Amino acid sequence: MLLHQLFEASARRVPDKAALVFDGVRHTYAQLDARADHLAAVLQQRGVQRGDRVAGFLDNGVEMVLCLYAALKCGAVFMPINPLTKRDKLAYMLNDSRASVLVSHTVLQAECVHALAINSSVHTVVMAGGTAASTPPDPRHVAFPAEGGAPLLRPELPASIDQDLAGIIYTSGSTGDPKGVMLTHLNMVSAARSISQYLGLLADDVIACVLPLAFDYGLYQVLMAFQTGATVVLERSFAFPVKALEVLARERVTVFPGVPTIFSLLMQLKTLADHPLPDLRLLTNTAAALSETHIRQLRGLFPQAQLFSMYGLTECKRVTYLPPDQLDIRPTSVGRGMPNEEVWLVDETGQRLPNGSVGELVIRGSNVMRGYWEKPQETAKRLRPGPIPGEVILHSGDIFRTDSEGYLYFVSRTDDVIKSRGEKVSPREVEDVLYGLEGVFEAAVIGVPDALLGEAVKAFVALRPGFTYSERDVIRYCLSKLESFMAPKHVEFVGSLPKTDTGKIKKTGLS
Amino acid sequence: MSAIKTKVRAYILENFIMGGDGPAFADSDSFMELHVIDSTGFLELVTFLEETWGFVVEDAEMTPENLDSLDGIEAYVTAKALAMPCAA
Repeated sequence: MLLHQLFEASARRVPDKAALVFDGVRHTYAQLDARADHLAAVLQQRGVQRGDRVAGFLDNGVEMVLCLYAALKCGAVFMPINPLTKRDKLAYMLNDSRASVLVSHTVLQAECVHALAINSSVHTVVMAGGTAASTPPDPRHVAFPAEGGAPLLRPELPASIDQDLAGIIYTSGSTGDPKGVMLTHLNMVSAARSISQYLGLLADDVIACVLPLAFDYGLYQVLMAFQTGATVVLERSFAFPVKALEVLARERVTVFPGVPTIFSLLMQLKTLADHPLPDLRLLTNTAAALSETHIRQLRGLFPQAQLFSMYGLTECKRVTYLPPDQLDIRPTSVGRGMPNEEVWLVDETGQRLPNGSVGELVIRGSNVMRGYWEKPQETAKRLRPGPIPGEVILHSGDIFRTDSEGYLYFVSRTDDVIKSRGEKVSPREVEDVLYGLEGVFEAAVIGVPDALLGEAVKAFVALRPGFTYSERDVIRYCLSKLESFMAPKHVEFVGSLPKTDTGKIKKTGLS
Repeated sequence: MSAIKTKVRAYILENFIMGGDGPAFADSDSFMELHVIDSTGFLELVTFLEETWGFVVEDAEMTPENLDSLDGIEAYVTAKALAMPCAA
């Protein structure tokens, strides 16, 4: 089964049902399927073939959903890119993946133009939001097909199989450049099925998605809903919580997926009780752990809903979930492996450890990625031989402990990646940007505890003589180069940074 | 341009946009759409408005109508200042 075929099956089963509600507009399954078909046909006319990469650099909206399914329908690989991404990193991702198509919006045009100026792989740019008058004509550009534009085209069916790539999702690591996680149709279908199964998603569920679709947690809300025949109420963001709550109440949402920062914002509202969500039956949390206090508060505020604590990695989408009936027994556990997946802990030599141990978590299942795009060395570190000849298992790089019944508890990461707002921040990526600021001769970036963000990014910066910057100058500079969640919240100026015996900057002791 | 808009624009340029590299925005433009301010940035903007004009932004007032453009902020701050018991 291919990922988009799950959606197409729903479109045949419930053509007139609302698949997506965005900005007050309801889009039925049949409408979305027909529009995705049309966009796929347009992409094929532009020469897109099976295996080509199609980048979706868009805010949440109907266009991102159409881009996803259009790419899959022509056998291409969907590559979501966070719309907060700045030009240099956008160019890196387009170049690294040798993307053929960039689908974006005119509000992001400045970043696109700069990225495309140093890219030669993209032959087609599909722009939503009309064309800015000042844009010089570019033969690569085509307008995003408008709704109601006739006649609608149908794509030719590619010869795709479920071993083909369906998605490449870039992720930041502690060293080196961002890596493209390669996911096959089988990987994504398996993950979507396992998660839908343990959550018990139903066709009459109404799923609120305030998470970016460029983030796999957000993307899977659409994939799982469309596989089930449910409805997604898509919001652009959670920047205006009361506004979002009004929509969720009006649409009678039954499922609300969030990350700790979103739940914090929700619980800070003094007027939360004014927006009851009586139909809410599932709350899910992942990307970072909820504190016990937050778990208690959330359950008190939404007694009608079951809360799922979960843990995942882009490399295999989801790893574990804690059944809600275990929340009172072991509130800090992230649970056990999901259906059709096996997880266990290993010691440093790769030996399987019994329950009650501490070790690295490894994952075996059809949801495990095919590797990092054109990074065989990085891939070999993570994907190692499994129990059956020829198969691989994923080494998470995260340390867990198990209790006597095998429930998992997060202990630490083996790298120094920061989790801020539920997003992964590579200290190295921020430091590289800081070194680009004239006058910076040393920089070190760490995560510090933050009540709202989980961890906040903090930079230590040493300047050459003659240079002075304010904290805000440095933050603003970083905002111009990095996704906003990666920019430091705190900057401390120091004379110099502590070093190891070999002269490397030593971060232990910085706080 | 009004004093309110001048002040808020200066704050945004000072805090969120680097030199001439960021997006130019008109008074009616949405900060969110143009990626001038992100979701946590709005929390900082709210703190700035509260500290500058000495009122409290209530939950229900945290809306795009009030906060997502210079035009919106001007109308909102003006209305709030008028409603204050000892408005300056």
